[in-house]
Amino acid sequence: MDFKRVLALVKKNMKKFTRDPGTLFLLVLFPVVLTTVFGFAFGGIGESGPQSFEIGVVNTDYSSDHPEWASGFFTNLSDIEGVILVEYADNETGQADLLQGSIDALIVIPTGFGDSCQSYWEFPFDGTSWINTSISLYLDSGSLVATAAVPPIVQQVFLRTLFGDAKISLDVPVQLTSPQLISASSVSQWDFMVPGMFAFSAIFITVIVAQSMTVERNEGLLRRMSTTPVTSSDYMLSQTLSYMTVAIIQVAMIFLTSYLIGYRPATGLIGIGFALTILAVFSLSCVGLGLIAATFTNSADGATGLAFMVAMPQMFLGTFMPLGGIADTIASIMPSTYVTDALTTLFLRGALVTTPSIWIDLVLVVAASIIVVIAGILVFDRWGRGM
Amino acid sequence: MEVIVEQSFKKTKKTAIELKNLTKRFGNLTAVDGLFLDIRWGEIFGLLGPNGAGKTTTVNILSTLLDPTEGYATVAGHDVVEKASEVRKVIGLCPQEPAYFPYLTGRENIELFGQLHSVPQKLLGERIENLAQRVDIHDDIDRRASHYSGGMIRRISTIMALIHDPPVALLDEPTVAMDPISRRSVWDFIKELRSQNKTIILTTHYMEEAQELSDRVGIIDEGRLIEVGPPQDLIDKYQVNDLEDVFVLRTGKKLKEEV
Ligand SMILES: Nc1ncnc2c1ncn2[C@@H]1O[C@H](COP(=O)(O)OP(=O)(O)OP(=O)(O)O)[C@@H](O)[C@H]1O
Ligand SMILES: [Mg+2]
Repeated sequence: MDFKRVLALVKKNMKKFTRDPGTLFLLVLFPVVLTTVFGFAFGGIGESGPQSFEIGVVNTDYSSDHPEWASGFFTNLSDIEGVILVEYADNETGQADLLQGSIDALIVIPTGFGDSCQSYWEFPFDGTSWINTSISLYLDSGSLVATAAVPPIVQQVFLRTLFGDAKISLDVPVQLTSPQLISASSVSQWDFMVPGMFAFSAIFITVIVAQSMTVERNEGLLRRMSTTPVTSSDYMLSQTLSYMTVAIIQVAMIFLTSYLIGYRPATGLIGIGFALTILAVFSLSCVGLGLIAATFTNSADGATGLAFMVAMPQMFLGTFMPLGGIADTIASIMPSTYVTDALTTLFLRGALVTTPSIWIDLVLVVAASIIVVIAGILVFDRWGRGM
Repeated sequence: MEVIVEQSFKKTKKTAIELKNLTKRFGNLTAVDGLFLDIRWGEIFGLLGPNGAGKTTTVNILSTLLDPTEGYATVAGHDVVEKASEVRKVIGLCPQEPAYFPYLTGRENIELFGQLHSVPQKLLGERIENLAQRVDIHDDIDRRASHYSGGMIRRISTIMALIHDPPVALLDEPTVAMDPISRRSVWDFIKELRSQNKTIILTTHYMEEAQELSDRVGIIDEGRLIEVGPPQDLIDKYQVNDLEDVFVLRTGKKLKEEV
């Protein structure tokens, strides 16, 4: 292994990516175009700008001695510009309308809400004497603006109700439960698709690897290079590094594109860092699959076809929607399934990075990638170099 | 650096390249059939023979691309199979089909091969300038390789093979498809290499080229070496006018590449 040689080969690949229009399109522009097209097709755009939210409210605090707190809360909420209140008699009817997409959010005022607010003012500095309750908030995950805007609005309205106009942040006896996303059948699928987009585009790497390796072999370049002190491990490492770099750029471009058209993942920088990590590892398995595809064909077109055949099931089974039945069984052996699962958990459900399930996903993807990339290197080295 | 390496070989090894009963079969076809040959340090050896005679196969064995079926070959004292990685350090191969990265410029192609041979960056720049001048590609060196003509790419390919200043050069038909002027410039360049004491195997279908450049030529037909010697000795031996007459006489075939 000679790092300078590896670097020279990586530089060569980077020039290929930037100078070859076809490669550049498939690797960078295509995912961006696809993201934009899907974004427009499945909603997510056109929701930006000033707009009104229909917020359903259910008051379960009927038996309270202090009903004025709940009604104060509703008044303050309806005072917010752009908020239209829809009252429901019970949770079920509200949920049903949320599922239909006719409201953007549903707020449930808990029993004891008034007592809870009252207990605060009786013992403002003694948290142990408070009666604690939680406001439940349900959001339509298909309405991007609503998911981003409603929780802070509710928080703000509650504080105003409790404290009047004074802006203080203190411990208070009523907590807002972390919003539960409810998918509304009639609204956009975009939120579900974005996590899949990342894995989807990384799979193109399989195609490009297979294509460029077949070309380098058929043009006699692999043979020619193998008469120099370059070793196969130098070469393979350079391929892997180059395509991992591309994968990271790809992910960044898709992220940027979807952000620009209004997508907001429900996670912070650490979550995005985790997503980048799992995608970078995943791209390794894509490189490995590309090597395997390149081994078993002798033309660039054949390699492209074969790579697509390898990548296709991953694209559709592992990335977008769960299809159920046999498709799910097949999907369960595809690394892309676990990438998408982790990304969905982070981006859509807003789970914490400490959530165990995403670490299990990461471990599975790491294991699969190591196996595939080693298999790819061995297979290509043995049968694919065309010597 | 490379010169010192070369001299130390000379002290230890008399021959630069040694073939002993070298044989290569592809299935039933014997492409190279029991070659015995010693090539001295600093010698330019012209390998001649009709199409399919086994020239490229021989060169490929010497450049570690193919393993012999029988016999063995050494380059600078290293067995081409057992010590392939040592052999790769001392050879420069210009393959019959020039292989290059189409999306890189001529200079970048050459630079890459220099880097693969660990030529220091500073030296690399100087050498490219120098070599490009000598094979007359200087004005076009920064064009994309995919835009080169056949003759241009061959000159680039020759430089790619020699950028690390190897003591042993294996040039498989380096001047095919070149116009007479370019060909002359490559000939002059090869003569210069001889004056630097490089050892060169040169395959060619141009008898004039072989006669002008080679210290010795070997004529190979159907995998067998049927004639070896300095061009003039062979001409005298058969009492003919030139090397082409010797070739036609010995292989019994008309040259196909002459068109
Ligand atoms: N990989 C291979 N598989 C099968 N046969 C091969 C292979 N490589 C070469 N041959 C055969 O070996 C014989 C020698 O080929 P080689 O390329 O060495 O000839 P050459 O002397 O270089 O010819 P030319 O002047 O046309 O370049 C030919 O009959 C060729 O078909
Ligand atoms: Mg040949």
